[in-house]
Amino acid sequence: MSYATSFYLTGAEIGLSLAALALLLVAAWTGTKSARIVTILSVAALVGAAIFSMGLFDRAAGEVAGRAYGDLYRADAFGSFAKILIYLAAAAILVVTPRFFTQRASYRAEYPVLMLFNAVGMGMMVSATDLMTLYIGLEMSSLSSYVLASFLKEDSRSSEAGLKYFVLGALASGIILYGVSLVYGFTGSTNYEGIRAAFDAGFSTGALFGVVFVLAGLAFKVSAVPFHMWTPDVYEGAPTPVTAFFATAPKVAAMAMLLRMAMDPFGGEVDSWRQIVIFAALASIVVGALGAIGQQNLKRLLAYSSINNVGFILIGLAAATPAGVAASLTYLAIYVAMVLGSFTALLMLRDPAGNNLETFTDISGLSTKRPALAWALLALMFSLAGIPPLFGFWGKFVVFQAAVQADLVALAAIGIAASVIGAFYYLKFIKVMFFDEPLREIETESPASHWAVLAICVAIISPLGYLLTLPLGDWTAQAAASFVAAM
Amino acid sequence: MIQTLAFYLFAALVIASAVMVIMARNPVHSVLWLILAFFNAAGLMVLVGAEFIAALLVIVYVGAVAVLFLFVVMMLDIDFAELRAGFVKNFPLGIIIALILAAELIFGIGAYQAGRIELGVASGATSPILDASNTASIGAVLFSDYLFLFEAAGLVLLIAMIGAIVLTHRKRPGGRGQQNITKQVRRNPNEATVMKQPIVGEGVEL
Repeated sequence: MSYATSFYLTGAEIGLSLAALALLLVAAWTGTKSARIVTILSVAALVGAAIFSMGLFDRAAGEVAGRAYGDLYRADAFGSFAKILIYLAAAAILVVTPRFFTQRASYRAEYPVLMLFNAVGMGMMVSATDLMTLYIGLEMSSLSSYVLASFLKEDSRSSEAGLKYFVLGALASGIILYGVSLVYGFTGSTNYEGIRAAFDAGFSTGALFGVVFVLAGLAFKVSAVPFHMWTPDVYEGAPTPVTAFFATAPKVAAMAMLLRMAMDPFGGEVDSWRQIVIFAALASIVVGALGAIGQQNLKRLLAYSSINNVGFILIGLAAATPAGVAASLTYLAIYVAMVLGSFTALLMLRDPAGNNLETFTDISGLSTKRPALAWALLALMFSLAGIPPLFGFWGKFVVFQAAVQADLVALAAIGIAASVIGAFYYLKFIKVMFFDEPLREIETESPASHWAVLAICVAIISPLGYLLTLPLGDWTAQAAASFVAAM
Repeated sequence: MIQTLAFYLFAALVIASAVMVIMARNPVHSVLWLILAFFNAAGLMVLVGAEFIAALLVIVYVGAVAVLFLFVVMMLDIDFAELRAGFVKNFPLGIIIALILAAELIFGIGAYQAGRIELGVASGATSPILDASNTASIGAVLFSDYLFLFEAAGLVLLIAMIGAIVLTHRKRPGGRGQQNITKQVRRNPNEATVMKQPIVGEGVEL
């Protein structure tokens, strides 16, 4: 290992860190005045990091995974794919963020800086091949997330969300760390390859405890069902752009981390964790679908929807095959587009005074006031429900296909049945928008930046998205092959 | 023999004081129990021969606990008069605890002198332990093999700092000592004063 190679492989993280440090200085000296320019430069840095990761993706596909710092970190196709998603999602969130906070006179230049540090942490999470890298990346991302959640200091709901997220996040970190210490104790290694080799040699009950604790902690982070309680509260209380962020980039990072963790170091012990994942998947789908039905607040509804979607992504993991991992990645990519679009649309719903609208009564009759927005939401909701002409269907399709190929027919069947329950509240959303009487005044214009993000998301999930199926299939297959090839 | 005895003593005390940390009703007491827990954990570290980590535990954690103590005292609504009244009453107890800590330290070091506890042979795939002191070995890997993680951990701390400032810093409106000299110099009589010719009996509208 040479440092030069290692630095090159971690280029995205190093670049983002340097950008964040430089922008932090700008923020410290110029204060709130520079918030706008710092945001623009942060978006540029994130897009740059995404392009750099694309370069690594092509490179990594050709050769054996690029290991950095003596295999603490691996810049392989899987990591690059997840990072591209994360960086682009974070950049899109930064584009739609400032308007929300400026309206409340609380936008500060530290917001984009924290977002950049968060992106560094998420990048480390998805590329980690050592438990220590994983934990530090996780903490880096979580710590900045807590701050972002309570960024609206004057709003008590935002502080509450931040505090809840902090306490439960710390609990999850503690659980992961306990599991990590058990795994290290029983294998004598924190390196993924070392752990796998030690597990192949012998898998004791103590090690099983470690695996279960690590997976439970990670389930906390992705908000899979037995550990989902924090999600609706945090998603409702946090400022809407931050909620949009939580539902996209960190979810991708945690999910990718979980996929790598389960399939690489624990990949030899599939039978010992598969039932946990199957349970979490089914419970997430069912609870996500049932919990959303009674919700009046749209952010809570989308929180349950994200729990529901996590369940579908976990089905891909339960399959425990390269195809399953690829299917999960495909679903993640489509999920990010859908959720990003939904939250952008939610950010565009404001009353003439500029207050954000976020309940069902607020959107009733939206189709007469803002037809374009209503149709975009219609497409997004149909896609989330998995109705065929839209791209959301493809995500569910590949996941179920992977499950069936792995002989988990019952799991797939229950998943399909439960997704019908989920369709109910997505349809309710559409019914309220199109068939109810308008009750609220709604702001009639939205800035071009919001429209741009919404248009891109809707274009991806529209039937046009099917043009992407072939390249997306290739990329995810490559990404999955980069670390589950040994199966 | 003496090491085993010391091990069980320290281990039992760590667990007991950890329980007391969450059981104590008075937050200040929990902080004190926390210090005891750290001291005993440090004793365990000494027993296995990790003297550097033992020192870190005492210096960093007990130092951090002092800061934590300050925060607890600052943030929680604690009646100081009551605390002070208890001081004299609790003084003998405090002395006893201090003596126990000192005795433990001497006992622990004595036990360490008798040879450290053998934990069994390392069986994992980690790199073999260098034949150097703790401090030298940690330094050797921290700034070479684990450079990446070291820097990343630094970033985590920076984030914590930014977060603390972002969440607590408030710009006070006006504020003291903010004399804007240019503004004062630029002030001219036309903006500052108004000339009126009031009609008698009708009052003035400014």
